[in-house]
Amino acid sequence: MTDISMDTMARAVAHPRRDIGLKGRYAAERRFRIYGAVAISVGLAFLAIMLITIVSKGYTAFWQTTVTLPINFDEKVIDPSNKRATDPSVLIKANYPKLAENALVAKLGINPDDKPMIQKLKGFLSEGARVQLRNIVAADPSVIGTTRNVDILAAANLDSAFKGQIDLSVEEARRKVSDQQIAWMDKLKADGAMAEHFNTGLFTYGASSRPETSGMGVAIIGSFYMMVIVLLLALPIGVAASIYLEEFAKKNRLTDLIEVNINNLAAVPSIVFGLLGLAVFINFLGMPRSAAFVGGLVLTLMTLPTIIIATRAALAAVPPSIRSAALGLGASKMQMVFHHILPLAAPGILTGTIIGLARALGETAPLLLIGMVAFVADYPKTPFDPATALPVQIYMWANEAERAFVERMSGAIIILLVFLMAMNITAIVLRRRFERRW
Amino acid sequence: MKKFLLTASAAALALAASSGFAVARDQIQVAGSSTVLPYAKIVAEQFGETFTNFKTPVVESGGSGAGIKEFCKGVGEDTIDIANSSRPIKKDEIQSCVDAGVKEIQEVRIGYDGIVFATDIKGPDWALVPSDIYKALAAKLVVDGKLVDNPNTKWNQVNPKLPDWDIAAYIPGEKHGTREVFETKLLDAGCDKDALKAAGVADEKEIGKACIAIRKDGKAVDIDGDYTETLARIDSNKTGVGVFGLAFYENNADKLKVATVEGIVPSTETIAGGTYPVSRPLFFYVKKAHLGVVPGLKEYVEFFLDDQMVGPESPLAEYGLVAAPDAERQAQRDAFAAGKSM
Repeated sequence: MTDISMDTMARAVAHPRRDIGLKGRYAAERRFRIYGAVAISVGLAFLAIMLITIVSKGYTAFWQTTVTLPINFDEKVIDPSNKRATDPSVLIKANYPKLAENALVAKLGINPDDKPMIQKLKGFLSEGARVQLRNIVAADPSVIGTTRNVDILAAANLDSAFKGQIDLSVEEARRKVSDQQIAWMDKLKADGAMAEHFNTGLFTYGASSRPETSGMGVAIIGSFYMMVIVLLLALPIGVAASIYLEEFAKKNRLTDLIEVNINNLAAVPSIVFGLLGLAVFINFLGMPRSAAFVGGLVLTLMTLPTIIIATRAALAAVPPSIRSAALGLGASKMQMVFHHILPLAAPGILTGTIIGLARALGETAPLLLIGMVAFVADYPKTPFDPATALPVQIYMWANEAERAFVERMSGAIIILLVFLMAMNITAIVLRRRFERRW
Repeated sequence: MKKFLLTASAAALALAASSGFAVARDQIQVAGSSTVLPYAKIVAEQFGETFTNFKTPVVESGGSGAGIKEFCKGVGEDTIDIANSSRPIKKDEIQSCVDAGVKEIQEVRIGYDGIVFATDIKGPDWALVPSDIYKALAAKLVVDGKLVDNPNTKWNQVNPKLPDWDIAAYIPGEKHGTREVFETKLLDAGCDKDALKAAGVADEKEIGKACIAIRKDGKAVDIDGDYTETLARIDSNKTGVGVFGLAFYENNADKLKVATVEGIVPSTETIAGGTYPVSRPLFFYVKKAHLGVVPGLKEYVEFFLDDQMVGPESPLAEYGLVAAPDAERQAQRDAFAAGKSM
């Protein structure tokens, strides 16, 4: 011990300069660590700010205010001249909002002859009541003449007021809800007739001009179709291309050129793929506008390079000894690839594919040009029908003037983030579980 | 798994290659102006609810120019049926339509849109005239007979009646249809052309250009996004002035205070009556060749033009569209029924 320390001391005395350099290097390392910590905390801070603003604005979108009313399906309102047996269109055109209004008038104890008072009810219940009640009657015409409790959506402004999002200190004329409506709202709330429920409509409704009846149903289906198409096309094509390039193709100028081009394509801005889709799929091949199928093809083109690059990296990471062993035992090259290399590379391929899909899921720019940034109210039955996508729905809601859409937009962002997170977590789990280290 | 995927994708490819896409379209397709979009959405939705035998039309956003371009691609299933526009179609656009085979276009005017100036609700009242706006926002002004860079930094330098606020105006960017109205109805109208001439700006064309040139020193900010962005700017800068559509202002009247222009408060009445100076008509264009081919197209246009939709007490008016006078609405209906094309 003493020998060593004596020795070191002697050396330190002999070379005093060394200590000075060491100090500086330690300081540099400490500084670098601090820079790193600062960089990470800035990144985390921004992430936290983003998540907090989105969640604080958006969590209310998952609840929606409804009014439970005993609706009297009055024959005098629905079918005053009793013609529905001969003319079924009567049931379609009937004045269903009147049924809801009558029920609300009775519930609030307003004199049915007090027309100015009833006029003030305008904008209390959602216009969507027409379709809702019509569907009940269409499903079961025998309901006419009976009374049934129905949960009817409150109009968006009342919904905002119910959630406390409207500043009631502002003078009445400048607000979208009147003092009288607030009084009625409080009365219904005290009765328990008006309450917030989980907003299933956010997941099932299509696009709508009314915030309370608009949802992401069409967008979810559209995104689902596109993801299926991307998976079915990009994965096999990408894997086949990479296997050929990595295992079979000769290394020459041509394959180098192809490799450079694939890397370039991965960096091309997505809007360019949209232009390509418009020119080739819609204008040249005459495919329908706004269809999820075309969207899927465009996103396939966009995702392919990512998948090819990830797959080639995964294949290249399989050690050559596996190849030699397989070939040495008499396997053909094809057997070597499909029986040995591909299963070992699969976790890497899957991870790359999932990350590529997640990127495609969040893409709006290429969809703009092929007409998928659109108002689509009807569910797409096939991938060839008009549809939208999740990020497109967020963009459309962000452009709306009504305040209630802001909440829906943030809600939609939360849903999209959950999807993306789930996909990325799947990718990490797959990698952790199946990854082999050599 | 791999085999299944391979087979399935081969099937998908085969489908893509073979089907030919000659499926008859049973859904109306609309594209164009983002100003008309909210109105078109309301009509499309109610159309789908009223006519249960037709599908709800698909309404794309993207701007007047882009919509008309798609519209003029040609006739057939894979082209759109209606282009929404916040300005009249231009001559060269009609020409490109005709060149592509879209020979008959029916123009429909649905009503008017007003453009308003608004400030934060807590600010003082504003009364603007076009020359205030010109003097505050023009790139160059004539001062003492010479053309100089705009020297004004505060609104009360422009007009002593305006508040002592730094000039910060959020105006529609150049790709917006609104910008054109802003230029012609405010900047050009408020421009002192004689002074420009006296200061040595040569011909009419140069004067016209100088009138609508906006200062680039950061006091006038182009907003290329939508009115939501303008509102956010005013939220963060309480002494900013923003340009909004009437509908957007009315939906956010609890946050914004509207300025009068030439002493007139913007409202549906003053715009329909023509006294409020900054307004524009809104249009859509129908491909006549698609009438009777795309199911529901004729019904959609008729439904749109019905007083229940575009009248003074319609859902569109409630949203902020300024209804055209009775006679004009009737004339639009008659013109469409008669099949009058441009």
